This record gives sequence, C-alpha cells and structure tokens, in this order.
Amino acid sequence: MQALARPQALTEEKFHYCPGCTHGIIHRLVAETIDELGIGEKTVGVASVGCSVLAYNYFNVDMQQAAHGRAPAVATGIKRVLPDRVVFTYQGDGDLVSIGCGEIVHAAARGENITVIFVNNACYGMTGGQMAPTTLPNQPTTTSPGGRDVKQAGYPIRMAEMLATLDGPAYIARTSVHNPKHVIKTKKAIRTAFEMQMQQRGFSMVEVLSVCPTNWRMKPVDALQWLENNMLSYYPVGVYKTVLQEVRG
Amino acid sequence: MKVLMKGNEAIGEAAIRAGCRCFFGYPITPQTELPEYLAKRLPEAGGVFLQAESEIAAINMVYGAAGAGARVMTSSSSPGISLKLEGISYLAASELPCVIVNIMRGGPGLGGIQPSQSDYFQATKGGGHGDYRMIVLAPASVQELADLTAEAFELADKYRNPVMLLGDGILGQMMEAVSFRPRTALPAQDKTWATTGCRGRARNVINSLYLDPEKLERHNRHLQEKFRQMAENEVRSETYRTEDAEIVVVAFGTAARIARTAVDSARMQGIRAGLVRPVTLWPFPDQAIKSVLASCRALLTVEMNAGQMVEDVRLAVAGARPVHFYGRTGGMVPSATEILREIQNIAGVAYGASVS
Repeated sequence: MQALARPQALTEEKFHYCPGCTHGIIHRLVAETIDELGIGEKTVGVASVGCSVLAYNYFNVDMQQAAHGRAPAVATGIKRVLPDRVVFTYQGDGDLVSIGCGEIVHAAARGENITVIFVNNACYGMTGGQMAPTTLPNQPTTTSPGGRDVKQAGYPIRMAEMLATLDGPAYIARTSVHNPKHVIKTKKAIRTAFEMQMQQRGFSMVEVLSVCPTNWRMKPVDALQWLENNMLSYYPVGVYKTVLQEVRG
Repeated sequence: MKVLMKGNEAIGEAAIRAGCRCFFGYPITPQTELPEYLAKRLPEAGGVFLQAESEIAAINMVYGAAGAGARVMTSSSSPGISLKLEGISYLAASELPCVIVNIMRGGPGLGGIQPSQSDYFQATKGGGHGDYRMIVLAPASVQELADLTAEAFELADKYRNPVMLLGDGILGQMMEAVSFRPRTALPAQDKTWATTGCRGRARNVINSLYLDPEKLERHNRHLQEKFRQMAENEVRSETYRTEDAEIVVVAFGTAARIARTAVDSARMQGIRAGLVRPVTLWPFPDQAIKSVLASCRALLTVEMNAGQMVEDVRLAVAGARPVHFYGRTGGMVPSATEILREIQNIAGVAYGASVS
C-alpha cells in the first residue's frame, strides 16, 4: 500500500485546476517520478502557455516559463548549457500541436535530450474551450459550435505517431489517465521517458490523453467516459517508438 | 596586433573573447558570416553553436540558455529580428541578459539585402509588446563592432537585460583592420537567480507572468527604475568638429562615416559644419545634442531610412533650432556629395545666398 503523501517535487501551492481536471493527476505522476529518480535538485522544468502555465508554481524544482509553443526551444537552450541536468517541458495541445508545432518537431528531430510531457485534452482550456488541432471531428467547441467540420477546419493531428517517424526520438508513447489502470501505465511511461534522458538516449515524449470537463460542458465522470469512448479510438494509446530494446540488448 | 577581418566575423571573435560560449541563430543575409564563423570557432572554444529551425526558436533558445546562466548571443537581419521580438519582450520582462545582433537590410517586408538603418524605431522604441527598453549600440567601424560586442555582454549582465548591437550590411560585410583589445576583467557576475537545479538553495523561477495587476505594476516599476539607471549611466556618443559648428549633422553607424567626410568637405568650403554621432541609440544622447546648440544654427539628421532617429533629434532640440532630414532608403547609401549638398542648402538658408 502506497502512502498518499505529497511528493517532495510538488510545492505546497494549491492547484488552480477545475474540478475533475486531470492536470493534477499528471502533475503528481511527474513529481513522483522526480522523487523516485532522486533528481529534484538537478531538474529544470519549463512551463508553457495554457492551463498549465502556472506549473512553475507547482513543481518544486527550478522552473522557466516559456512563450506560447516555445517550451522545446527554451528547454533546448537550458539543456545545451547544462547537459548534466534533467530538463522537461509540460505542454498542452494548443501550445504543442498548434502554435508550437515547429519547435516540437525540430527538438524531436535533433534528438534533443529532453523529456516532454504533452497533455492532450482536445481543446484550448485556458482561453475557454476553443477548437485545437487535436479537437475530434464533429466535437463541439466555442469556435466550432456546430462540431468540428473537417471539410472547413481540417483533421486532428496525431502528434505521437508523427514524431515517431523521426530518427531523433528515443521514446514516444501515448497514454491516458481516464481510469486507475491507465494512470499507472502513464506513470510508468513518464518514468521511462525521464530514464531515457538520464541515459543520454535523446528526445522522449509522453502524450497523455486528458479531460476538460469545464470546457467539454460535462460532469467529471461523464468526461472520463467521453475520453474512453471517443478519444481512445482516434488517439490509440501505446508506445510508438522506443530504443529500450537496444538499451536492454 | 591588428588583423584584417570582415565585420560579421569580428563580432563572432569578440563575442568568444568576451566569454560567450553559446550561440543560437538562423541564416539570413547579410549577417550569415557571423553564425558561420561561430559554427567553426565555438566548438573549438568548448562552446555551443546550434542552428535553430527558425528565428523564433533561436531567440527562445537564447531565453533558456540565458536563464541557465550562460553568456549567450543570437544574430539576424531585419525581417528575422521582427520574428524575434516576442522573445525579446520575454527576455526583458524576465530580466535575462543576452546580446542580440541586427545587421540591418532594407525593408519593409522582405525588402532587400542591401544595407539600411530602417530598424531604428524597432530597436529603440520597443518593437515587441509591453513597456520595455534595451540598450542599443550602434558601431561605425569593424573595430567598434568588436569593442561594442564585448561591451554589450558586460552591459547585459550588469542590468540583466537584452542588449542590441545594431549594424548594417556594409558594416557586416566590409573588411577593416581590427585589434581585440584585452578588457579589464569585471568581477564575475554572480548569477544566483539562474535555473541550474536547486541543489543547496531555494528553487529559482524565471517568469514574466503576473496575473495580479498590482504585482504586475510593481514589476513594471522595478523594470522602469532599471531602465532609468541605464538612461542615466550608459549614454555614449562622439562629436566631431562641433566646437564652433553652425550646421551640426547627426548620424549613426555607416551614415555617420559618410557624414564625417561631408563635414570635412563643408569645412573646406568655409561652412562651419560638425557631427554628432550617437553610439547608444537608446539611451539617446540628448545632452550631446543640446550641448552643441549654442553655436549651432540648424541641424541635419542623415539616415539610411525615411526619417526615424530625426524624431529623437527633434525631441532633444525641442524646437530651439530647425532640424532638417536627409535619407536614402531601400538599401541605397547616401553619398558624401549628397550630404554636402544638403549642408550647403541649409547653410544657404542660414547665411544667405553668398555661401554655396
């Protein structure tokens, strides 16, 4: 039985997240990983723009706040100066897939030895639930009120699959946090991603499917169910790339 | 010992000698020799050279590296600097030191690749969003490119603020003899604020978000006080034959070199002309201009743009004397003859038709 103490890698600050939001769970998984690996004093985190912008208040490590979409570039700057530190970014889908599409692709292609925690909740949360590149076809948002019309607004981007085609990344996985079983799998993936960096393997990213009950206009439990019923089929969970076999071999 | 070097390369060598071990940039004419030089030299010096995927990525890599405590530089030319402006605003807001080089080319838009000074407004009036300032250094020779590059790093660290080195395509491309003068070692800046991992200390946060307007105003007041100190302490300018000058030309960078020749020609014709050359464009040398007004009847601002610095000259003169303007745009460079003709015209107005 695991004790439910606050991880040392989280500050005492109260989360500002909405009821039912899964950012809190993902923050905790990252913090637990930092504690377990004993890297709290050598980690530098990069917060992005969006709901998780205040992550610099929550992670009890040195933090930089990056401009919208630029977290992988900022993390690159830090890592190139301090190659023996652990550097991670924490980004949402508007930040990473839309405005920061260039930065994430090139950080991955360079095999930049950083870890990216990418939280995909299929909308812009902070600004009030607008359509994101990850919004599912026919999913209603404030800027696609009749549901995302792919003829007009195009199709969602599957980032994990896209980045897995590159030679640079060492580890690309997609997980979900809609139930405890998947939370445990997410924790494992996050830990693997950080370990890859510590072993100098190169770029690692975990895309975590997450809910946004407030902007989806759903009760928290219904949102978890919606994720399971709708997001998992469009965004299958799994490990899309890993050099782990080579590591073990 | 003097060596013959291209301006862009001299900036690179001066940066390394100033302790810069980190460069992030993107290719754009007419500054590309600088990243090319550093791509070779920085790894030799144990430093980091990284060609970024975009101007935007480059300036944000600078943000990360500066926040991690490095002496870091990026360079570009006009359209590229436009792309970097958001990042420059963040750097100033988060109080991160770095050096940004702009080797200006003709604009607006994609413009051309010939030399220009049309980014004066962009460099000195903010450019990016929000209330911020940065020291803008305007060299006029390859030697000064080297000297001011070294000084730029010191000023950036001193004030924890970005510093811009503003040259143009002529300065970047031309070759002149340059010596890299040893500088008095300043006490090492103790970057206790840098995010390097919080071993043995409270954690550090690099941030520019203040959701509480009272806190944001307090942060702005702190920044403004710092900018006020820069304005008070860091003004630099050069005057030439201004002691008894009746016509004072004001010009910076390449335009100032040409204007100097025109001033000499005017003197040979009996027109008492002089030159004020701002070396810092921000803070602007108001006092240097005010101090030449006693003997001065009129001023002529010469720029390789449609008239930008002339607004600051007029603010400094405050209506006390007429301020004329002559400029060429699009990468065209004013000749000494053209400037002399302007001086003659103004002198004619001032002295009557007998002087020409």
